[in-house]
Amino acid sequence: MNMPTYVGMPRFPKAAEAQLADQQLRRNLKHATTAIRAKRAAVVNELDDWEGLRNRAADIKAATLAHLDEHLVRFEEQVTAAGATVHWARDATEANATVAELVRQTGESEVVKVKSMATQEIGLNEALAGAGITAFETDLAELIVQLAGDRPSHILVPAIHRNRTEIRDIFLAHMDGAPEGLTDEPAALAEAARVHLRRRFLTAKVAVSGANFAVASTGGLVVVESEGNGRMCLTLPETLISVVGIEKILPTWADLDVFMQLLPRSSTGERMNPYTSIWTGVTPGDGPQNVHVVLIDNGRTNALADDIGRQALRCIRCSACLNVCPVYERVGGHAYGSAYPGPIGAILTPLLRGFSEPADADLPFASTLCGACYDVCPVKINIPEALVHLRAQAVEGGHTGAATKRAGEKSVMKAAELAMSSPGALRAVQVVTGFAGRFVGPTTGKRLPVLSKWVGGRDIPKIPVESFRLWWKRNRS
Amino acid sequence: MRVALFATCFNDTLFPGTPRAVVTILERLGHSVEFPTAQACCGQMHFNTGYQREAIPMVRRFADVFAGYEAVVAPSGSCAGMIRDYHHRVAERADDPGLLSAVEGYSGRVHELSEFLVDVAGVIDVGAHFPHRVTYHPTCHSLRMLRVGDKPLQLLGAVGGIELVDLPAAEECCGFGGTFALKNSAVSMAMAMDKLDNVVATGATYLCASDNSCLMHVGGALSRHGRPVKPIHLAEILAATQLNPFDPNGSS
Repeated sequence: MNMPTYVGMPRFPKAAEAQLADQQLRRNLKHATTAIRAKRAAVVNELDDWEGLRNRAADIKAATLAHLDEHLVRFEEQVTAAGATVHWARDATEANATVAELVRQTGESEVVKVKSMATQEIGLNEALAGAGITAFETDLAELIVQLAGDRPSHILVPAIHRNRTEIRDIFLAHMDGAPEGLTDEPAALAEAARVHLRRRFLTAKVAVSGANFAVASTGGLVVVESEGNGRMCLTLPETLISVVGIEKILPTWADLDVFMQLLPRSSTGERMNPYTSIWTGVTPGDGPQNVHVVLIDNGRTNALADDIGRQALRCIRCSACLNVCPVYERVGGHAYGSAYPGPIGAILTPLLRGFSEPADADLPFASTLCGACYDVCPVKINIPEALVHLRAQAVEGGHTGAATKRAGEKSVMKAAELAMSSPGALRAVQVVTGFAGRFVGPTTGKRLPVLSKWVGGRDIPKIPVESFRLWWKRNRS
Repeated sequence: MRVALFATCFNDTLFPGTPRAVVTILERLGHSVEFPTAQACCGQMHFNTGYQREAIPMVRRFADVFAGYEAVVAPSGSCAGMIRDYHHRVAERADDPGLLSAVEGYSGRVHELSEFLVDVAGVIDVGAHFPHRVTYHPTCHSLRMLRVGDKPLQLLGAVGGIELVDLPAAEECCGFGGTFALKNSAVSMAMAMDKLDNVVATGATYLCASDNSCLMHVGGALSRHGRPVKPIHLAEILAATQLNPFDPNGSS
């Protein structure tokens, strides 16, 4: 099976340029994001106090993160008492090794999977493959991505970059039991996937999931989904292994109430999602009897230590920010080089990975700072604020790119600092040039190398005859 | 009211017609306008590009120059947003409690032009006349940082002779984004072209906004593609009257 990875991805501007050239991709993305934006807006606007809910959610998450150590210990005590085994993993390597060992102990070589961002983040499928274990994705979109040897391009809709004709072709080429003459009708595609997946559910002995929430007071785990494949994986196999980020903790069931109002509306644009599965350890005689929870850090405590960056840990992976982002809408998810694309990915990825991948230094700059993401975020993550904060970390840490480019930008910024801090220097650079028109065409612009990126597509304004301060001096002082 | 004009370094240098238009409007409304000549830059470009320490001297200067004024008016949503939302962060970076308290003192008194006119001066009809077809693009920072809402549209709606037409997908970013326009020029241009299509579809003669930086971006694309729509700052429409109509060559 093809095992795509994010390592060694090209830098964002280059990757984005390649994606922009794909007209089919742009049509697919525009169609999908526009539709989901409208659905979200309708179900958000029908609530009396959406803003109040957002505030409560942000407060609950912030307060929980401030005492995360206590809540995690409480969760461990409760879920252990309920018959589950808790494993702690500092990083992706530890988490993957733990899951592989747990699968090995069952004697199985195949697992079925519930859609999970945490396992995408740690590259679990690839690690399991390395240990001789095949992981089968059962979420329809994850299945499409996996069959095509592709990577997810959206948090909620991993195959958002594919249209139904492409999906039909992928099924016919790669899916066991795809019926001859399969059409691209959504119902036909869903039925073909259902038949294919049903065999997996009925034979699987081990399932791997993530969790949307972990409730500390009882040790309960929660998976929120649409298709019911998750419910199959969470109930039919004998062994269930859940990989859960330590920031998924909520103190109590009352807290969960707030998030169950916010999450479906923000993600799929529904008042309520079709399937919510909740389990607490082992229930004798019912469902998996061998239950494990792998709690992963993988950079989360580093993010927690960052006073501005830590708000990213409130994220509930709804993907509303992706759907409103004008940059995401035009380039899709692959250019971000991470399981977490879009605005949240542009802050979460460098926070979790600490700029360890060179391409991560481009991510905080992959935004116009338009603020549309902050407006829709159900937990009020101020993404623009975190972006500029991480830009400073990238620049000050020397992560911004090739050394010459960095030195070039640094000296320009230094010169501009001097000019822009003093009116005398500012006046000195307000040089006088020609007269005609408000804009100067491409030929003149190209003589100025610093502006070559600008004049590729835009004319530049002519420098005025007289700066405002000279006019003021002449007319008012 | 004694009002200080923060022209912004960008307008001062590249679009001087805009601060001149602000002077015209405010004086016509009976305010005494001061332009403290020691002013320079708000620090936005440096701050937003990751050069936060380099923005410290700019914020210090802003504090020195504008701390004593009752009201400061800036004809730019993004510069006003930088001052109100991020100057305190620069002061924190500078580890300077004196600067921080100065920032806290002035940030509530800094207004983007439409905010000053509607909220502080309490006027909607500023006596302007502009007999042209105009479409308005709400710039991201005026909309989502400052939350000016429909104040610019209220002001434009009261302009004599104007024909205001709705811009499709108005609230979507034009793709400028400061140094984003250079660092990610391909994405920036893709966004500009979508904005351009929407602007052209309105059939407007003028594209109006509260930020000349965004107008420079979309206007540059309009010019490159030979589209006759002309960019114009909100202040320049509000300054125009029947006696002194807008003169594109005279004011820039």
